[in-house]
Amino acid sequence: MNLDVKTETLAEGAKLLVSGEIDAYTAPQLKEALMPLAEKREAYVVVDLDGVNYIDSTGLGIFVGALKAADQNNGTLRLISLNERVRRLFSITGLDEMIDIDEKREGTGK
Amino acid sequence: MTAHQDLIEMKVPAKPEYVGIVRLTVSGVANRVGYTYDEIEDIKVAIAEACTNVVDHAYHDEGLISLEVSVREQFVEFRITDYGRDANAGELKKYRGPIQPDEPIQELTEGGLGLFLIESLMDDVEIKQNKGVAIVMKKFFLKDGVTHGTDGFETKTTNENR
Repeated sequence: MNLDVKTETLAEGAKLLVSGEIDAYTAPQLKEALMPLAEKREAYVVVDLDGVNYIDSTGLGIFVGALKAADQNNGTLRLISLNERVRRLFSITGLDEMIDIDEKREGTGK
Repeated sequence: MTAHQDLIEMKVPAKPEYVGIVRLTVSGVANRVGYTYDEIEDIKVAIAEACTNVVDHAYHDEGLISLEVSVREQFVEFRITDYGRDANAGELKKYRGPIQPDEPIQELTEGGLGLFLIESLMDDVEIKQNKGVAIVMKKFFLKDGVTHGTDGFETKTTNENR
C-alpha cells in the first residue's frame, strides 16, 4: 500500500516513474510530484505507470488535474506502460479518449 | 437464497490510510470465496471507492467506516456504511457518467467518478440512507461463463427513515 515516484529529466521534459498503488492515501504524493511538472509552460511530461498495480478514481482525478494544467500551458502529458487493469479503468471512465496513452513500454520518443 | 450465509465485519477509522486495509481484507475474502482475478480487482476498486466517499464526505470530524461482507450462495453482498450526516448521499448524487470524448478538457472535474466506477464494476448497487449512508453492492458468482443478475440496473436510492 505504498507508492514510489521518481523523476527523471529528459532532453525535452521530464519522466515520472511511478510504482505501487495509487489510492486516496498515496494520491497526494503523486500530485505533488506531477503537478509542478505539468504546470510548466509547454511542458512535456511522460508518466511511466509500469510498476502501478492499482489505481482508483482518486488517482484518475490526479491525471485529470495534470491534463488540465498541461492543456492550459500548451504542454503535453503522456502515460505509458499501463498494465491491463489500470488501462481498463481509464477506458471505463472514458479518460483514455482525453489523455495520450500508450501501453507499450517505450522511451521518450514521440 | 438466504440459506447459506457467512458474515465478515470490520470497522476502521474514516481516514485515507485505512482504505487500503479494507481493500486488502475484501481482496482476501473475495479470493477465499473463489472469484476470478479480474473480479477480485473489480471488487477492490468498488470497495475503495465506497470507502473513499466516506472519508471525503461523511464526517465533519472523525468517524468510522463499517464493512460488512455476507457470502451467499449466488453472490456476495458488500456493505459500506458510515454514521455521518446524511449530506453524504447528496455528495454521491453529484454523479457523473463516463467522460465524453467531446468534453472540453478545462471543464473536466477531478472527482465524481467514484459512484460511476462502483456501478460499472459491481452487478447491483443500492444506496440506503438512514442515519448515515450505506452503499450495498452485490457481485454474483460467474456460472457457465454468464454473470447472473446483470440485466442492466440503475442504482436505487432508498430512504430508510419512515
